[in-house]
Amino acid sequence: MFLRELYNYRHLLREIVVKNIKIQYRRSVLGVFWTFLQPLLTTLVLVAIFGKLFGGNARDTVNYPIFVLTGRLLYEFFSQSTKRAMRSVTLAASVIRKVRLPKYIYPLANVISVFVTFLISLIVLVCFLVFFLFWGDAPPVLGWHVLLTPVPLAILFLLCTGVGFILATLTVFFKDVEYLYDVFCLILFYATPIMYSPARLGAGKWTQLALQANPLYSIVEMFRDCVLRGRLLNPHHLLYALGFSLVTLALGGLLFWRKQEKFILHL
Amino acid sequence: MPDVQAPAILAERVGMRFRMSREKVDNLKEYVIRAVRRDLQYNAFWALREVSFRVEKGERLGVLGFNGAGKSTLLKLVAGVMRPTEGRVEVRGSIAPLLELGAGFDMNYTGRENVFLYGATMGYSRKYMQTHYDEIVEFSELKAFMEQQVKDYSSGMRARLGFSIATAVEPEVLILDEVLSVGDARFQQKSQKRVQGMFDRGVTVLFVSHNTAQVRALCDKAILLEKGRLIARGSADEVCGVYEKMVKR
Repeated sequence: MFLRELYNYRHLLREIVVKNIKIQYRRSVLGVFWTFLQPLLTTLVLVAIFGKLFGGNARDTVNYPIFVLTGRLLYEFFSQSTKRAMRSVTLAASVIRKVRLPKYIYPLANVISVFVTFLISLIVLVCFLVFFLFWGDAPPVLGWHVLLTPVPLAILFLLCTGVGFILATLTVFFKDVEYLYDVFCLILFYATPIMYSPARLGAGKWTQLALQANPLYSIVEMFRDCVLRGRLLNPHHLLYALGFSLVTLALGGLLFWRKQEKFILHL
Repeated sequence: MPDVQAPAILAERVGMRFRMSREKVDNLKEYVIRAVRRDLQYNAFWALREVSFRVEKGERLGVLGFNGAGKSTLLKLVAGVMRPTEGRVEVRGSIAPLLELGAGFDMNYTGRENVFLYGATMGYSRKYMQTHYDEIVEFSELKAFMEQQVKDYSSGMRARLGFSIATAVEPEVLILDEVLSVGDARFQQKSQKRVQGMFDRGVTVLFVSHNTAQVRALCDKAILLEKGRLIARGSADEVCGVYEKMVKR
């Protein structure tokens, strides 16, 4: 039943995804280049500032610029897609009030459109990899493991969709969730090993555990296993991230499904 | 073969109860504070109660009532965006809701792109909309503006485009919520003609209005709501008479 409904509304899903991407690129003068420029510039800044501090030990980071870029890209996808999904239902209020349609289309379409731009931005990573492979004294270790990159990305997609559903539902009822989530994302940025290697943090056992509870930790580290360290996915990370994401998606989907009839009373 | 006797719209003892918090709590902080203090109070009220009616295929039903009588709640139940608390509403056939001004449009999108977006919102594919595209553009008289962003349109232009898209497809049930006053006098005439054409082809209509002259002209039957109860039903003429008496009182 659910799948048939999704199939019936595939046109709407497609239209919203295409619209989001088109409008994003139309709004800025730089267009697609902004997708490359933004992670490039922020990575350069982070490398310039923290390179000496965190980049010294090549055992964990292998290549600090790539290390930072991978973390940045994944974190950016997470925060952008969940924020867009959060606002999607309230932004579509005028339609939802009048037309009967599956409301989950809105958060889902927004996560998908950010995912597409994220995939485009991976071109920057490819450039980085090629550059450091030939020039530079700390080349990334690239092997067949690169073929495993879809695994962490798929898990991240599930996680974002689940979190998106939860946030979209909450913002319908509570307007301040948006601000609280902004703060949450800021904390998450520092709690995720984007600029630092967790092993080198010298943190105590409990701090380490707290950091590892963050599913982005596992996902980012798995992604780095694929494109930077050239080794198999850590099975602990894989199980934890996959389990966490599936549970979040199930909870988010359930919450959204059970509350969606009430949306209209609050929009 | 579908059942010929089956009504297009059937409402059986429909009731809709809203649970409104006494003071509007729309942020998490306040909600948590009040939940801890056990200070969350709700008022329940029935926007509709025990409302039953049926609209046969091809019939045109006017819905009359003062503000707050439950007209828009009824329309939402028929459109399927809300579910009744009790009773049931059944609709046979595709419904075309007419969106309020500008809803369903993306302001940063061009007129042309919005035709397809709006169509998808109503469940129509790009291909299907493509076959109706020229007709939509022609009816809206916006040919020169289709590549411009909708945010640069005047509100009249937006309304014209919206009306043209919504009525380009042939729905079986049409919900009209005071939308016959779109655009200037000339366009109004044109749009009334188009709606009349749909009537002639046997579309079922639910029409909400305060204007008894319009209801008399467009509808053959009508119902009258007061404070959520159905207090009169019958021919459009009769019910309009009752309504006019209520207004004078």
